[in-house]
Amino acid sequence: MVDDRSTTAQAAPAPPARPVLEAPDIARVLTRIAHEIVERAKGADDVVLLGIPTRGVFLARRLADKLAEITGRTTQVGSLDITMYRDDLRLHPPRALARTEIPGDGVDGRLVVLVDDVLFSGRTIRAALDALGDIGRPRAVQLAVLVDRGHRELPIRADYVGKNLPTSLRETVRVLLTEEDGRDSVLLGHSRREPQDRTAAAADQ
Amino acid sequence: MKRHLISAADLTRDDALLVLDTAEEMARVADRPIKKLPTLRGRTVVNLFFEDSTRTRISFEAAAKRLSADVINFSAKGSSVSKGESLKDTALTLEAMGADAVVVRHHASGAPQRLATSGWINASVVNAGDGTHEHPTQALLDAFTMRRHLSGVGRDLAGRRVTIVGDILHSRVARSNVLLLNTLGAEVTLVAPPTLLPIGVEQWPCQVGYDLDAVLAKSDAVMMLRVQRERMNAAFFPTEREYSRRYGLDGGRMAVLPEHAIVMHPGPMNRGMEITAEVADSPRCTAVEQVANGVSTRMAVLYLLLGGSEPALATARAEEPRPEEPRADDARPDDVPTEAARTEESK
Repeated sequence: MVDDRSTTAQAAPAPPARPVLEAPDIARVLTRIAHEIVERAKGADDVVLLGIPTRGVFLARRLADKLAEITGRTTQVGSLDITMYRDDLRLHPPRALARTEIPGDGVDGRLVVLVDDVLFSGRTIRAALDALGDIGRPRAVQLAVLVDRGHRELPIRADYVGKNLPTSLRETVRVLLTEEDGRDSVLLGHSRREPQDRTAAAADQ
Repeated sequence: MKRHLISAADLTRDDALLVLDTAEEMARVADRPIKKLPTLRGRTVVNLFFEDSTRTRISFEAAAKRLSADVINFSAKGSSVSKGESLKDTALTLEAMGADAVVVRHHASGAPQRLATSGWINASVVNAGDGTHEHPTQALLDAFTMRRHLSGVGRDLAGRRVTIVGDILHSRVARSNVLLLNTLGAEVTLVAPPTLLPIGVEQWPCQVGYDLDAVLAKSDAVMMLRVQRERMNAAFFPTEREYSRRYGLDGGRMAVLPEHAIVMHPGPMNRGMEITAEVADSPRCTAVEQVANGVSTRMAVLYLLLGGSEPALATARAEEPRPEEPRADDARPDDVPTEAARTEESK
């Protein structure tokens, strides 16, 4: 799913994608989100961070490191693959699955914070909530995203937002992370797609 | 391979690795409190079994149910087939019922191929064993088991030495395994009495030997095949005792194997014939593990064939992977010419 997004970005003709967040900004934003999580979870004792593959997992791990710095305790971190719960499976050939890694103690009774790179239609998060329901029963579920680009199609909002980025549907948002792409950056580009093509655009999410 | 899985030879190396990697994730579902995924909700899988089978049918049934597909079991006994209905009429019946996939086991080699290419049905056909021809999902689950023990998740089986022992002549498992293991880079040696080797075996991509003791010391996996008594209508070997002494795996022979080597058996086992109870019950024997892996592997196959608008396993890989075009609707697989599967991109 993430790679669809990168395909889109590569396919975009001139003008070239414009960076809206650079490495220091991303680090600052994650530090702030970590502090917000500690504040709202009153110490973050029972927090389990679950990243949504691919890039959400790296963000979740970075957040876990920041939380450990702040609280002095290790935070549970894992990944949650949502491929099998997507609502657009029948629109595309089957996708390769990513890893679901639930930390040892499970999610029952914990505060689960889902972590993703871009919040767009909200369909990924809906799928993640379904997937989570099959794994356990958290005390509460919250959502942290690096970029909220708007255009929600479901009643879903993020609890922690790195940057609100008002976009048009013609635009593409591409998150690059060192672990996957060699550098940290958030790029705003232009799609050659027509904006009314909402199905494909939503698939990017 | 398009939308059917008829032969292990249909799978490219990338296809096979995709199935095995997907199976690895499917295996994790078995560890969860809710062993179910919503992926194939509303799809119908028909288990069409013209020949007796417990393991394979239950395995396919469990796999389809864990993916939330509806499962219809059809066995030749007690159906209209025993009244003389032809394969074609049975297929037309299934088509009328709206089957999305047909898992077929048939005593005649080539029956699944006929079903897939005849135009009788639109469903995906998965070969669950046809005559003495092939049993591709068994080969996939064997490769899955070997990979876990011998080379690690995510890799192929390059350089691993696999010895398949016993009734090669009647074994669809052996044929599928030779083809798939060769695709995955393993070196396969067949060991059997000359009477139990099929004609043309020298053209298979494998070594052939008659002496089990000569190959044991350098085998990473030994696969013991069942002596298929029900197909033994001619004298293939003098006595069972002689067969067992020359080609059976006992504790002494197991001790010759390298320390990391595993003993595999597709089941059902004839204890005392091709494998002694000592070996069958030893921790190195993966027979039970193979059954568990069978469910994960078949989930992966069903997901990759049915999970999207078109199968992920495609021969059209040679085509340029094109940037995704918006798809108009969820067209049925048969309406869509095989396109380079986007799975490559999305991984």
